[in-house]
Amino acid sequence: MAPKKVRTASRNPCLIPGIGKFSRSKMYHKRGIWAIKAKHGGSFPKHDPKPAPAATAAVKPTKFYPADDVKMPIPNRRKPKPTKLRASITPGTVLILLAGRFMGKRVVFLKQLPSGLLLVTGPFKVNGVPLRRVNQAYVIATSTKVDISGVNTDKFDDKYFTKEKKKKTIKGEGEFFENEKEETKALPQDKKDDQKYVDTPLIKAIEAVQDLKAYLGARFSLRSGMKPHELVF
Amino acid sequence: MPFKRYVEIGRVALVNYGKEYGRLVVIVDVIDQNRALVDAPDMVRGQMNFKRLSLTDIKIDIPRVPKKKTLIDAMEAADVKNKWENSSWGRKLIVQKRRASLNDFDRFKVMLAKIKRGGAIRQELAKLKKQSA
Repeated sequence: MAPKKVRTASRNPCLIPGIGKFSRSKMYHKRGIWAIKAKHGGSFPKHDPKPAPAATAAVKPTKFYPADDVKMPIPNRRKPKPTKLRASITPGTVLILLAGRFMGKRVVFLKQLPSGLLLVTGPFKVNGVPLRRVNQAYVIATSTKVDISGVNTDKFDDKYFTKEKKKKTIKGEGEFFENEKEETKALPQDKKDDQKYVDTPLIKAIEAVQDLKAYLGARFSLRSGMKPHELVF
Repeated sequence: MPFKRYVEIGRVALVNYGKEYGRLVVIVDVIDQNRALVDAPDMVRGQMNFKRLSLTDIKIDIPRVPKKKTLIDAMEAADVKNKWENSSWGRKLIVQKRRASLNDFDRFKVMLAKIKRGGAIRQELAKLKKQSA
């Protein structure tokens, strides 16, 4: 027998909003309450009443009440979700960065992080862009795609990219200049390893396509006569 | 200078303004001083101002306001499509369309090809200069 479809519409057609076609007694008959009652020996089946909760310990009335009523703020139940990703941006798309240190660079898109930012890599050996977060608004998506199936990006999320907290030391005047020199830190080796881990399968996929490596190494710029609104990316 | 391309029944024209921009149509009738009845195999027959049409060299042999089937057969017989695509005007339009549809990677490859071609030409030129010197 074909599986029975669950009835979704009411059995009482609406004549005017608020007024149905059938009376209460007719509806009782239509819903088959009489048949359900007969099946269960004369009364409609119901759940056993829940046991009453154990009497809580008596709360002592407080001695202090505030003079005026204080308004309770409504609890915020919003859960932020990551920005909607443009349909043209899929893993492996070549993006053109429009702002910042790497403006004009063509870069490979890896995945969208939970904060909404895009995780992107040069690859580093090709154009000097490391694993980096980038905002979708500052990016043009081209229609060129790179095969990204060999790359595992599971371990990267927003926490990976946060700056490390600097320990605050109380500085004397003499030590002021010395501390300035310590500011530049070398990149930790595990970040360099992560870069290599992501880039090696990517570079293999890139070298498989003719001219793609040179393309990613070159910067994008507008020339005379190029109209961005007429260009197909 | 006498005119060479005339508005006549069977003249193939290119629409240069409006909704049908870029379409090749055939003039099937003249309505008045400014308008023509115009038809194409994949279009509903309709009127168009002459100012919206650019006449081409191609002319086909049709009676006044032919049935769609007659029009299509006449266009096949005169081989309008191939004549247009082989004419210099038609070829230019095809190239323009292709260039407009190039994507960013394609434009990069075109740039590399142009540089390579320029290099080859300059090498040959240098060789010829050396020979004649």
